[in-house]
Amino acid sequence: MVQRRKRLARGVAVIGAGISHFGAFKDKDSRDLFVEAFQSTLETVQKGIDPKEIEAIYVGNLSSDCFEGQAHIAPLMAEWVGLNPRPATRTEDACASSGVALREGIIAVASGLYDIVLVSGVEVMNKLTTARVTDILAAAADALYEVSVGATFPSLYAQIATAHMAKYGTTEEQLMKIAIKNHNNGALNPKAHFNASIRDIMNSRLAKAKERGQPIPSWTDQMEFLKDPSVNPIVAWPMKLFDCSPITDGAASTILVSEEIARNFTDTPIHIIGTGQASDAQALHGRKDITSLNAAKLAAEQAYEMAGVTPEDIQLAEVHDCFTIAEVLATEDLGFFKPGDGPRAAEEGRTARDGKKPVNTSGGLKAKGHPVGATGVGQVVEIWEQMSGHAGPRQVPGVNLALAHNVGASGSTVVVHIFERR
Amino acid sequence: MEEKEFTAASFYRFLDRKKLMGSKCKECGTLFLPPRPFCGQCSGNEVEWFQFSGRGKLVSFSVVRVGTTSYEEKGYSRDNPYCWGVVQLDEGPRISALLLGANLSRPDSIKTGQPLKVVFPDKPEEGGERNPVTFRVQ
Ligand SMILES: [Zn+2]
Repeated sequence: MVQRRKRLARGVAVIGAGISHFGAFKDKDSRDLFVEAFQSTLETVQKGIDPKEIEAIYVGNLSSDCFEGQAHIAPLMAEWVGLNPRPATRTEDACASSGVALREGIIAVASGLYDIVLVSGVEVMNKLTTARVTDILAAAADALYEVSVGATFPSLYAQIATAHMAKYGTTEEQLMKIAIKNHNNGALNPKAHFNASIRDIMNSRLAKAKERGQPIPSWTDQMEFLKDPSVNPIVAWPMKLFDCSPITDGAASTILVSEEIARNFTDTPIHIIGTGQASDAQALHGRKDITSLNAAKLAAEQAYEMAGVTPEDIQLAEVHDCFTIAEVLATEDLGFFKPGDGPRAAEEGRTARDGKKPVNTSGGLKAKGHPVGATGVGQVVEIWEQMSGHAGPRQVPGVNLALAHNVGASGSTVVVHIFERR
Repeated sequence: MEEKEFTAASFYRFLDRKKLMGSKCKECGTLFLPPRPFCGQCSGNEVEWFQFSGRGKLVSFSVVRVGTTSYEEKGYSRDNPYCWGVVQLDEGPRISALLLGANLSRPDSIKTGQPLKVVFPDKPEEGGERNPVTFRVQ
C-alpha cells in the first residue's frame, strides 16, 4: 500500500461558534436548545453572516429517538432555523457524534462541494429517568456481550480505572483532583451545567445544613467533602458521583467556511489544520490494552501529522472527560504526558488554567456538562472563545494552537482536531 | 462438534450446555471469543468451533451500585451491588463476565491478575433471556 501524507484538498476555517446554556431543562426540547445555540453562533461572526448563505447542515446526535421519541432530527433542526431545503445530515458515533459531524463538515468544505456549512450537535437527556438514560447510554457499548453482564458507562470507565490503577498506581484521590480542577473552570463558565466549584457546592451544603438546624458536616476542605460517601456515593467502584459527568441537555454549533472566503466574515478566523479519526473494538474485552485508548492515539497521530505540529506545541486542549479517568487517558494518549504520568501531572497543576498545558478550561464534560451529541462541537466553542479572546475570566492568554479530543463510548470512536490562529 | 452458525445465539446455547465456545480461523489460527464467522485478521472465511478451558485471570473490574434496569430487576441495587470484569482466558482472548465470589463491600480487596474460573448456569435460558457469561474468583 502506498503511504501518502493525508491532507485536506483546501483549507477550512471556523468563523463563529456558539453554545446554548447547558443544564437540566424540564421545559426545553432539542429544537429550542438548537435555536439558542444557532443564534449565539450567528452573534459571534464578527462581520455578520446572512444565515441563508449556509449551504448544508450537519447535526451530531446520539439518540433523540430514545431520549425524546424523535428520530430524523437533522432536517427538523434545519427547519427550526430556516435552513430547509438545504441538505441536513445526522451523524451518530455515540458521544463523539458531533466531533464526527465536525469532521464530515470539514471534509465537505475541503472537497469544494460547499463553501459554507453549519456543524452542530444537540442532545436532550432529562426527559427520562436516570435509569432509562443509563440503559440508553449503555446501548453504545456491546449490547450482546457487555450490557449482558451488567455494563453501564460508569462501570466501563471503572474497568479502565482499575486497570490503570493496577498498572501505574493511580489513586482515587488523584482522580478527585481532576474533578476539582474542572469544577474550578466550570465556575467561571456562565453556560456550564455546574457553574460552581466543588468548594462552592460544599459551602452551600454546609449553609443549608445550618439553615435547617441539621448536624453540620465536618468537612474542612474539598477532598474531605469528596471522601464522604453521603455526598459522593459510589456509582460503579472506583467511579463515584463526582467522577462522572452529569446528564445534561444542550446544543452547540459552529460555522465552517473555505479558507479563501474566511476573511469576508471575520478578521480572526480559526484555521482547522489537523483532523484525525479512528475506531476500535466496541467491547473493552476486544482490545489488547485498556490503560489507553488506541483509537485516541491513532486519531491524534493523524491530526498531528496533518498539522505538522507535536504535542508539546499544543497550548490548550478540550478533552473528553466523561469520567475523571477519561481525562487521565486523554492527556496520556495525546502525548502531553508519558503513559502513567497523567494523574501526577494533574495533581501538580500542569493541566490547570494557569498550568503549562491547560486542559478543559470550559469546565470539561464534568462541570460544563455532557449533552452527549453536542459535546464535540461544544469543545470547539470553548476553543473559539479562547482563541478569539472572548473567554472572560477563564481566558488563557495568547492561545494560537489548540486541540479538541472527542470520544465515542468507551473508545471505539475517537476524533481529534487541531486549530490554529494565524 | 455439531454444525452451528457462529452467532451469539449459538454462543449462549453452548453456554447453557456448559461449554465456553469461540471460533478459530482455519487459515491463520486466530481465536475469537465470542465467536465470529469471519476472520478479521487474515480475511479468511473458514472458521471452526473452539472450546475454551474456562480458566483465566482478572484484567479489570467494577462493583456496580447503580445498574442497568435489567440488573435492577434481578434484585441488584445500591445496597446489593454486582461486580463485572474483563477476563483474560489462558488461551489469550478476553471476555466480559459477571464475577462471583469477590468481597463487594471491600472492592480494594479485589486484585487484578487473580485467577478465575468460568461457572455455568444452573438452568437454561427461558423466554429469550440469556444467561450472562459468569466467572468465579478462585
Ligand atoms: Zn485468519
